[in-house]
Parts: sequence; C-alpha cells; structure tokens
Amino acid sequence: MANFSIIVVKRLFNAAALILAVVILNFLLIHIAPGDIVDTIAGEMGGISPELITQIRAEYGLDKPLYEQLALYVWKILQGDLGHSFFYDVPVVELIWDALPQTLLLVITALSLALVIGTILGVIAARRPNGAFSHFITVLALVGFSAPVFWTGIMFLIAFASFIPLFPPAGMADPGLEPGSLDYYLDVLHHMVLPVVTLALIYLAFYSRLSRASMLDVLGSDYIRTARAKGLSDRVVVYKHALRNALIPIVTIAGLQFAQILSGAVLVEAVFTWPGLGTLALEAILRRDGPTILGILFFSAMVVVIFNLLTDLTYNLIDPRIRIGSKE
Amino acid sequence: MAEPLLEIKDLRVEFDTRDGVATVIDGLDISLYPGEILGIVGESGCGKSMTALSIMRLVPVPPGRIAKGTIRLDGEDLLQVSEKRMRGVRGNAISMIFQEPMTSLNPVFSVGDQIAETILLHEGGSKRAAWQRAVEMLDAVGIPVPEVRAREYPHQMSGGMRQRVMIAMALACQPRVLIADEPTTALDVTVQAQIFDLLKDLQKKTGAVIVLITHDMGAIAEMAQRVVVMYAGRKVEDGPVDEILTNPKHPYTTGLIGCVPHLSADPSEERVPLTDIPGVVPPMTRLGQGCPFAPRCSEAMDKCRLEMPTQSVVGEDHRVSCWLIENDGP
Ligand SMILES: Nc1ncnc2c1ncn2[C@@H]1O[C@H](COP(=O)(O)OP(=O)(O)OP(=O)(O)O)[C@@H](O)[C@H]1O
Ligand SMILES: [Mg+2]
Repeated sequence: MANFSIIVVKRLFNAAALILAVVILNFLLIHIAPGDIVDTIAGEMGGISPELITQIRAEYGLDKPLYEQLALYVWKILQGDLGHSFFYDVPVVELIWDALPQTLLLVITALSLALVIGTILGVIAARRPNGAFSHFITVLALVGFSAPVFWTGIMFLIAFASFIPLFPPAGMADPGLEPGSLDYYLDVLHHMVLPVVTLALIYLAFYSRLSRASMLDVLGSDYIRTARAKGLSDRVVVYKHALRNALIPIVTIAGLQFAQILSGAVLVEAVFTWPGLGTLALEAILRRDGPTILGILFFSAMVVVIFNLLTDLTYNLIDPRIRIGSKE
Repeated sequence: MAEPLLEIKDLRVEFDTRDGVATVIDGLDISLYPGEILGIVGESGCGKSMTALSIMRLVPVPPGRIAKGTIRLDGEDLLQVSEKRMRGVRGNAISMIFQEPMTSLNPVFSVGDQIAETILLHEGGSKRAAWQRAVEMLDAVGIPVPEVRAREYPHQMSGGMRQRVMIAMALACQPRVLIADEPTTALDVTVQAQIFDLLKDLQKKTGAVIVLITHDMGAIAEMAQRVVVMYAGRKVEDGPVDEILTNPKHPYTTGLIGCVPHLSADPSEERVPLTDIPGVVPPMTRLGQGCPFAPRCSEAMDKCRLEMPTQSVVGEDHRVSCWLIENDGP
C-alpha cells in the first residue's frame, strides 16, 4: 500500500496545481473581456461622471495593477473567501451556498432516474443483444447523447409548457406558497418535471448503453455458465447472478460522472430558469458581476478536479495488483 | 455389457461464423456405462467442451445449435425435453465442472451460498439445512475448517480450492453423471494429482459416472477405464484404456500417446524421442470430404483425402475410423 500513498500525494499535488491554473486563467479571461462592472453601473444610471468612475474603481480595487489584483484574489481564495458580488452585494460564497441545494436537487433526481431506468433498459437489451429493442437502445443512446441539452429543453418547453400546458415553464415554486407546506413541495415537484426529464434523458441514454455493455460482458463470463449448469432459470441467472456483477462498473462510473452532470445542469437551469448555480452563473455573466462569475467557475473547477481525483484513486484501488497486495 | 446410462447418437453441432457454417461436432456416438470413468481426449479445439455442453444443452444459441442427434439419459432424449425439464436435469442428474476454476465461481456470493443454492433449487428444504449440507460437501472434498471456509468469497481461495468448491457444488445433489471438463488444466502439477485422487475417490463413494475431458493421455491412463479419442469434431477411435494405450490403431491416437513420455517409452528399450503431431487442427468451416486428419497424417493415402473413413471394430469394444484399418484389418 506504500505505493498507493505515493500515488495519492502525486495526484493531490497535481490537483492543487490544476486548480491554481484554472483560477489564474479564469481571472485573466474575465479581465481581458471588454467592459466591467463600472460600465454596467454607468449603463444603468444612464451616464456617469469620470470622477465617479475613478471612485467606483478604487472602491472595488479595480485601479490596482492586474498582478496585484490576481495575487490578492488567490490569497483570499486560500482563506475561503471568494470575494464580494458587485451586483448582489453579498459574499459570493453565500450566493453559491444558496444556489447549490436547488442544483443538487435537480442533478441527484435526474441522475437517480437515469441510473435506475437506464440500467433496466440496458439489462433488457442485453438479454437479446441482436433484438429490435437492443438496436433501439443503441439509437436512443446516440440521439440522447448528441442532441444538445438546451435544444431538448426548449423542445420540451414548447411541447409541454406552451403547446399542451401540462407543466410550468419556469421557476421552482409558486411565490405565493408558503415554503415548507405540502402544497409547496408538490408545486416544486411539478416544476421539476421538465428540467429533470431533460437532464435525465442524456444520462438515461448513457446509462442504458453502459449497462447493456456491462451486462453483455458479465453474461459471457464463466460463472454465468456455471449458474446455468446448476439448473437455475434464466430469470435467476440474469437478475441474481449477473446483475449484481454488472452493477459494479455502472455505480462506480455514476459516482464519478457527477461532476459532468453538474455542468450539464447549468444549461438546463438556464432554459427553465431554475434557481440554481446555472441560473446564478447566467445572471452574473449578464450583469458582468466578475467576482460571482469567478467564484462559480472556481467552484465548478473544484468539483471537477476533486471528482477526477476520486476517479483516479478509485481506479487505482480497483487495479487487481493493488487488490492482491491487500489480500490476506 | 450393461445398458448405457447415457447415450449420444449421431450428434451434430454447428456454429454460424463469418466464414460460413462451422460443423464443430459431426456424427458423434458416445455411450456411458454405469460406474465407469470415461475419458474424452483430443487436441485443443477438437470439440470436447462442445460435447460436454451439448449433454448439458448449454451450447450457446445463437451462434451455435445442436443440429442433429439424440442424447438419451435412461432412454429420455434430453434434446427433445422442455427447457424446464432440462433445468431439473442440470446440476441434479448431470452436473459439470469447468476448465477455469479461477473464474467459474461468482465473485459476489460466498462459496457456501453458491453450493447451498444448488441444493435449495433441486431439493428444497430450509436454508439452514442447505447451508449445513454445503458445509458437509466442502468437508467431503477435503477443504479444512469447512464451516469457516463456506463463508468466504472465491477471491479468498486458491485455484485448487476453488476447483474443490466446484466439485462440491457439482456433487451436492448426487448427480448420476459428472462431466469434468479439463478440471486440472489451470492448476499446478501437485494440485492436479490431488484433484484426480479426489475425483477417483468420490467416484467410488457416490457411484456417479465421470466423463473426464482432457488433452493429456497421461491423465486418461491414470483415471479412466474407457477412452474416446476425438479429432476435428469426430470420434476417431474408442475403446478400453489398456487396449488403446498398448494397441492404438489410429495414427492420431498413436501421436497423442507419443506426446506423453512415460506412456510410449518402455524403459528397457532404447529411448524413443518425444513425438509431436505436426500441423494444427484445420478450420472447421473448411473441412474437405476426406478424413480431417489426412493432411497431418504421415500414412495418408489417396483414399484418405477423398473419402471419410468408416468405423471398423478392431477388438472387443474397440472401434476406429481409419482407412488403414479398413485395408489390412479384419
Ligand atoms: N462461439 C463460437 N463460434 C464459432 N466457433 C466456435 C464457438 N465456440 C467454439 N467454437 C469452435 O468449436 C470447436 C470446438 O470447441 P471446443 O471448445 O469444444 O474445443 P475443446 O476440444 O474443448 O478445446 P480446448 O481443449 O481448447 O478446451 C472449436 O474449433 C471452436 O473454434
Ligand atoms: Mg474445452
């Protein structure tokens, strides 16, 4: 296992370096982009005097040289301070924490649905790998994965919010309802349907394909032949002996894919005005709220890097050589 | 001789491949008699496993299929019965152990569970009783502290141990036929000997007929009473082991025996160099009309390349399919 700790240290170091690089890159990008908060304020006030501009710039530290601003920014991040939002006038960390639960609600629901339904579809397809249903799954996976999520979202809006108004087109709950009441939760559920389905569809396609492959792999293994040779029925062979084994890679990958799913949620939130991180990011961009944009970018980078780190480490643990090393 | 317990007649197994239909078994007749160990021997790819899988009716369909023949167990044709009936036969009347002990057990269930599952399936009863029987079976196949080992998972056991578990599982329901498909190929030599001893011992105790599949004539000499020699999906020779070893008729059988030093070399004589049969088994999609062994046979005649040899009886219960025998035989 000594080997493993070296790998952990190496990967941690890489992760830290990567995050720093992301922070610097983001920072530079925001500052290279034309226009800043001052232009937005000026625009909103319909003209503004040069003295006032200088004053605002000084107030936000925008008059300092770029490298100084960067150093200050990195130093603050190390202390867990992501800065102060120009637009909302609250700490960025607070904004992110407020938006995160809604995003997680969306993502976790969609992921669970995709995982469960996708696995079932994949298993059914694997039982007849050359059957019509199996080919249908392959096509579904292709379409699901290549159709842009915002397009699917807009199609759903047109179809089920506008054309047949079954579901609300935007938001998370009716503002008139008291948060915490049963009606409120039901309303949230109602609002969730379209964004969740949109998001789940991409991953449904992915997981049905993955579970089909995993199941086919397992069904061809020696212990499945043993199970049949015992006289077990097809049902027991597939759902007891094969499924347990086929689930292992599916669940592993699902956990590791979480970061990507979070990024998929950004677009879906934007389409359905779901009050999560994605909508927050969109607003911040429109308002040229630099600290908020930077904060969200930093946060997403962290999530991606951390989950990639976990992926790496998990694969190292799954590696048979390391497993043999830890066997009694 | 007594009535056969299991009788394979005119079996043909085909596989659809990219190069066309491959006939991997053709015109195969094999009989099993009560109380015996029958060896099936032949090079890799000659159809030994397919024969075993045909008896279990586990030939993968598609791409494979049993195209022709009968397999009678006590007169009942297993190729005709319903799938449900066949499930009652598998693991119960006929059971099988496989070539690859490392991968033949399910990694996510304890070995005790896997044995108990078979018992519950075929004999019912309580889970506790089945577990108890599983532990007894592990004990019977020589696994120390079986009550502890039963709770272990396959990855916690060595290859030899796992093969013992497979044997325990196969024998759990007192089968009448046990098919052992190269049970020791993946194991090292000392473990091989132990597994063979165990099988012989269990055969005496339970009276089950054992079909021992191998490519090693040495194992046949040690274990079996009768042997079937297969080449390219066909039976080329069969008979009592003693007779075949001392008086092989088919050049292929002679070649196989030549591959094992202590069987061919009489210590008093000059040492015969260890022979090897030149060439490889031809692709099953491209077998001509003649004897499939002809291209590799040092004694092949024109007739061998044109016509499939017919079977001749050359001794008591000793049969061979070779034109050489037809020419100078009885
Ligand atoms: N799925 C398949 N598709 C096509 N041909 C197959 C398939 N499975 C097996 N075969 C062919 O059937 C023939 C017999 O295979 P079988 O496994 O019975 O050989 P074997 O005698 O058991 O060999 P070994 O000693 O290597 O186990 C081989 O020539 C093999 O190529
Ligand atoms: Mg084989």
